[in-house]
Amino acid sequence: MNIIVNGKPYTSNASTLFELKEELQIPSDVTILNGFQISENFDLKEGDLVTLIQKGKMPSQDELESMMCARHTPNVHNKVKEAKVAIAGLGGLGSNIAVLLARTGVGTLLLVDFDVVEPSNLNRQSYYISHLGLPKTEALKQQIQQINPFIQVKTEQIRVTEENAYSLFKEYPIVCEAFDNPVSKAVLVNTLLEQSPQTKLVCGSGMAGYGSSNTIQTVRKMKHLYVCGDGSTAAEVGNGLMAPRVTVCAAHQANMVLRLILGIEEV
Amino acid sequence: MKLNGTIYHLEQPVILLDLLNEYGFQTQRIAVEMNGAIIPKATYHQVTVTDDDTLEVVSFVGGG
Repeated sequence: MNIIVNGKPYTSNASTLFELKEELQIPSDVTILNGFQISENFDLKEGDLVTLIQKGKMPSQDELESMMCARHTPNVHNKVKEAKVAIAGLGGLGSNIAVLLARTGVGTLLLVDFDVVEPSNLNRQSYYISHLGLPKTEALKQQIQQINPFIQVKTEQIRVTEENAYSLFKEYPIVCEAFDNPVSKAVLVNTLLEQSPQTKLVCGSGMAGYGSSNTIQTVRKMKHLYVCGDGSTAAEVGNGLMAPRVTVCAAHQANMVLRLILGIEEV
Repeated sequence: MKLNGTIYHLEQPVILLDLLNEYGFQTQRIAVEMNGAIIPKATYHQVTVTDDDTLEVVSFVGGG
């Protein structure tokens, strides 16, 4: 029987998982079969993906990638790895979207932001004290390398304008709008919808404060325009942005991106 | 005329920019689709809306 063990093709005489482990003599604490961690025995079939992980042991570089993606649903991972996604704005939405997409295994990420990390960012954005003063593009790239070193991260430390938006994002079929300023949000959306009609946009609007999580939704507003948020709760004097609700919205955006990567256009 | 899913009756054709102002939209914070096509912001003052048109106006609020 031909199966894949820790990312490599393997021909086995075993008909069950336990027989395979006996045959291989690989010590393992974690067993993952076709994206799901199991402890009981299981019949093997042709083409199965088996991952055997020993806790506390650093795997070789080529084994690491297969172990990291072992919990992804089979056939999903290949599409996700081929995908290219751009994130415009690396604040509370963008930094969290980038981390989620990195954990999901999106193969190529473009990170765009003009700003550096400062102390008031840390209440909701995915940065650490050690990042203070660093460009957000660089601080996030460092984190992603620690989360998944197999992801190709490109960065542009620049302010997005009507003039540069098309050339910045034209290579990316999916763009996340993650700005703070509502005028900047509208400029990016209008510019790309006008100049790059095939680009799919996933935006955030309305996630300040600590209102119910359940008012945050993903809505398909136009053929290629998705908006996540409650649509109305602006960040303003007396109503700041807080980690839980901003992160809920970021997760909505990241999940919509994942769905689009997999060819699902409904919200 | 349908605006964001609600039907309104237009007595006569109106300029899009005037209609947006009348309904209280902040034109720097929106994107407008008319009959399925995006309307470039630079043409809001030239586009005419009639009673047969369908408009989708997406407004953005601050925060991110």
